[in-house]
Amino acid sequence: MYSKGFKPLAIATVVAIAVSFALVFFYAPLDADQGFVQKIFYVHVPMAIVALCGFVAGGIMAIKHLRSGDRSWDMRSYVAIHLSIILGTGVLITGAIWAKASWGHWWLWDEPVLVSFLIVFLLYCVYYPLRFSIEDPDRQARYSSVFAIAAGAFVPINFAAVRLAEAVTHPRVLSQTGGNLPGEMRLTFLVSIVAMALLFVTLWKLELTAKNASMQLKRLRTTLELRSAT
Amino acid sequence: MPALPLDEAGQYVAGAYLVFLTLIVVYVAIIGAKVSRIDRELGELVELAEEEWR
Repeated sequence: MYSKGFKPLAIATVVAIAVSFALVFFYAPLDADQGFVQKIFYVHVPMAIVALCGFVAGGIMAIKHLRSGDRSWDMRSYVAIHLSIILGTGVLITGAIWAKASWGHWWLWDEPVLVSFLIVFLLYCVYYPLRFSIEDPDRQARYSSVFAIAAGAFVPINFAAVRLAEAVTHPRVLSQTGGNLPGEMRLTFLVSIVAMALLFVTLWKLELTAKNASMQLKRLRTTLELRSAT
Repeated sequence: MPALPLDEAGQYVAGAYLVFLTLIVVYVAIIGAKVSRIDRELGELVELAEEEWR
């Protein structure tokens, strides 16, 4: 059922996550300002980056669907968005935990980074009712792709708008100065991003395999029922 | 705000990492259950097809 490259990919993902956790807890130094709480950074930020990239990737796959008419691209887009929403949930929860530990509040409504991520997340939550309210499969795929493209274009625009905002409590990681991370922290952060990206690709392939198998099973069942009826 | 003491900070860090691991484990369990259902249904269809051709 699984493609040939799936097993090595899954093993690489598990190894990368184990290495990243080991680096986080045994290699990266404690932050001078936040202390041990800063360790949340290594799970929260990579999750946010990969989730946002997943939304954009979903939009690119949707473009491929509209250009080619191949519905497998719509399925790929759907799975990418679905996974990004799951990671987005993780980002919001871990972010709230980190905010409570370092700022004393679970949420700050006047903080552009937090609110903009919530807006993106809520925007994509609309994707599900839109998609599943349409019964015709072709129309469903087409409308979902249009939504995925429009929302995917909104993600980098939103990101740029937040960068231009002035009052920011939230630390900036991706800056031209490298976010002022010392060498050990930067290495740990980069390994964490790679591990998170590998996890995303592995889970994306896993869900896609399950979806494809489910669709093939449906087709097989229909064919067998037609044969037994004649 | 000053840095939290290690025991208090540890609870927040553990909570954040547990959230991440829980999300992944629940997701993999749901997909795993789906795959095993597909596998079972496929077995039933194979049996059905073999009976048809007998």
